[in-house]
Amino acid sequence: MALLLEQLLNGVQLGVTLFLLAAGLTLVFGIMGVINLAHGSLYMVGAYAAAVAASATGSAIVALLAGLAAAAAVGMVVEYVVLRRLYARDHLDQVLATFGLILFFNEGIVLLLGRQPLFVNVPEALRGTVRVLPGVDYPVYRVAIIAVGLLVALGLYVLIQRTRVGMLVRAGATHREMVRALGVDVRLLYTMVFGLGALLAGLAGVMTGPILSVQVGMGEQILIQTFVVVVIGGIGSVRGALFGAVLVGLVDTVLRAYVPGLLRQVMAGSEADALGAGLASMGVYLLMALVLLVKPRGLFPAHA
Amino acid sequence: MRNLLRDERAWVVALLALAAFIPVLAPMLDSPATVGLATRIVIYAIAASSLNLILGHAGLVSFGHAAYFGLGGYAVGILYAHYGSGEPFLGFIPGSNSLLVTLPAAILVGGIGAAIIGALSLRTAGVQFIMITLAFAQMLYFLFVSLKAYGGDDGLAIRRVAPVLGMNLRDAATLFWLCLGLLAVWLFLMDRIARSRFGRVLAGVRQGERRMAALGVRTYFYKLVAFVIAGMGAAMAGALMVNYLRFVSPDMMAWTKSGELMIMVILGGLGTLLGPVIGAGVLVALEYTLSGITEHWQFIEGPILLLVVLFARGGLMGAVRQLAGRRAPAPEAVPAGELPPRDALPETATHG
Repeated sequence: MALLLEQLLNGVQLGVTLFLLAAGLTLVFGIMGVINLAHGSLYMVGAYAAAVAASATGSAIVALLAGLAAAAAVGMVVEYVVLRRLYARDHLDQVLATFGLILFFNEGIVLLLGRQPLFVNVPEALRGTVRVLPGVDYPVYRVAIIAVGLLVALGLYVLIQRTRVGMLVRAGATHREMVRALGVDVRLLYTMVFGLGALLAGLAGVMTGPILSVQVGMGEQILIQTFVVVVIGGIGSVRGALFGAVLVGLVDTVLRAYVPGLLRQVMAGSEADALGAGLASMGVYLLMALVLLVKPRGLFPAHA
Repeated sequence: MRNLLRDERAWVVALLALAAFIPVLAPMLDSPATVGLATRIVIYAIAASSLNLILGHAGLVSFGHAAYFGLGGYAVGILYAHYGSGEPFLGFIPGSNSLLVTLPAAILVGGIGAAIIGALSLRTAGVQFIMITLAFAQMLYFLFVSLKAYGGDDGLAIRRVAPVLGMNLRDAATLFWLCLGLLAVWLFLMDRIARSRFGRVLAGVRQGERRMAALGVRTYFYKLVAFVIAGMGAAMAGALMVNYLRFVSPDMMAWTKSGELMIMVILGGLGTLLGPVIGAGVLVALEYTLSGITEHWQFIEGPILLLVVLFARGGLMGAVRQLAGRRAPAPEAVPAGELPPRDALPETATHG
């Protein structure tokens, strides 16, 4: 029981990390109609900037700010230099151009910092465990990630549903042409939305640093899962992104925790572990395929 | 003569004929490694050309084409593993090390895989189609990573391939000629398809699927058949690649491989006969050259791809057309089966 609870919390923690990435991706998708494969690179840039800043200064606050600033700055430059030219193109061009960006960023990091993974310590104030239920201890740091993720979700809700900028974002997602026709500076709106998405991706990268190692290729690993989240949730829908992210996080974590054990009852240990890990990795893709076959536009389609 | 030069097929025939001399010329020029490089190009040309059938002709952006490439490769690898161990696969399929058995098996497996994945994926469209094809390819990738019996992450080695009709496939030149011959057959098939009624329907699907449906064409069926043919071509290329590398691993179906195949098609020119071949040649040669200059070649390759997408619309074939100063003919004037440059096509209104 304690193990199950712990795994469920791990699932929610992975889920909110995915949400931070998916929120930006789904807005960029929904509003600008751009498939941005380089979103994972922004996550990687945030993680690296924070890791380097942390090892240089030893301050978690400086690391956080460095990660956020680097991701947002790189994101806005990418939008200004490259993506802006792709809004009117078809998805194929967007996929290829941003694929080129991934190669560039990955190899750029290798050039700057080498291939060795970096390890980041959990900030001093967030070490140790907290008792979530009698007999169940859970790391404070992971609780903090869940809290930050939920706060961001709340903040995004307020921003999108209750402010003027949010109104433009919603309008942009459903009637792009009409917003433009009403004299809104769509270019500025696009750059702002993209910068916000990059900031959130950077935040996810900064927070994941101490849990996983910071390495080249970390962006692509999580990017594809993020796409799964966005497609399951419905493209352009932030609510769908939150729901899809937690669902994918839970399914992935629970499958990883229990499938190898179940398989071990019917086959040899090492083979069961390998096959179990593979089947667990397939799980989220199977989930996405099932959702798309039943609801081709995702669970919460924004353009309904 | 002018008409002959205009006909893409004449260029393809000339190029293939010239390529056939590579194994003769390479030792004379003291660069025997060229034959291996040329073999890779020819194999990727088959794979890229198969993707071009759905991507270029039918406008279906499949982001999981490496799955069939890998399925073909694993068909060869797994049959060989069972040939080595002597145990039949699934208890009743005997293993084999003969290409005459493994190549048709690979094509069959690729076709079945594409039929299943295509039947499900083609129920969606647009971004969802891109993502669902990617999802299925990732599923297969993780499945093969987890199959420890067939090497898992480390892959399988293939050592003793039987001679085919007296041809020794260990000989680099023989393998190259075999691959080149299969490329010629494949391109002939692609040309026939593009000029057939079937090919015209695919072009109609790309330009306006609703209009085709309104004309009473069951587009789903046509798209599925194209998807299966493309999967079979990619599987054939995968089987050849495993014979060339004598090795198969899940890397063959990684999503980056799907991306590379798409880049070859775009780089060469969507919906053209020669384009995917040129694209494969340029990309493989570019990677080979850059990786010879620096270990960090992707740092240079990435921006090159970006520039191609941003500034060379229509790919290299489009650039060649522009350099040749040929004005794009009006759509009505296009001879049956030949595709005008993409820009000259009346684009349908993009929704969403």
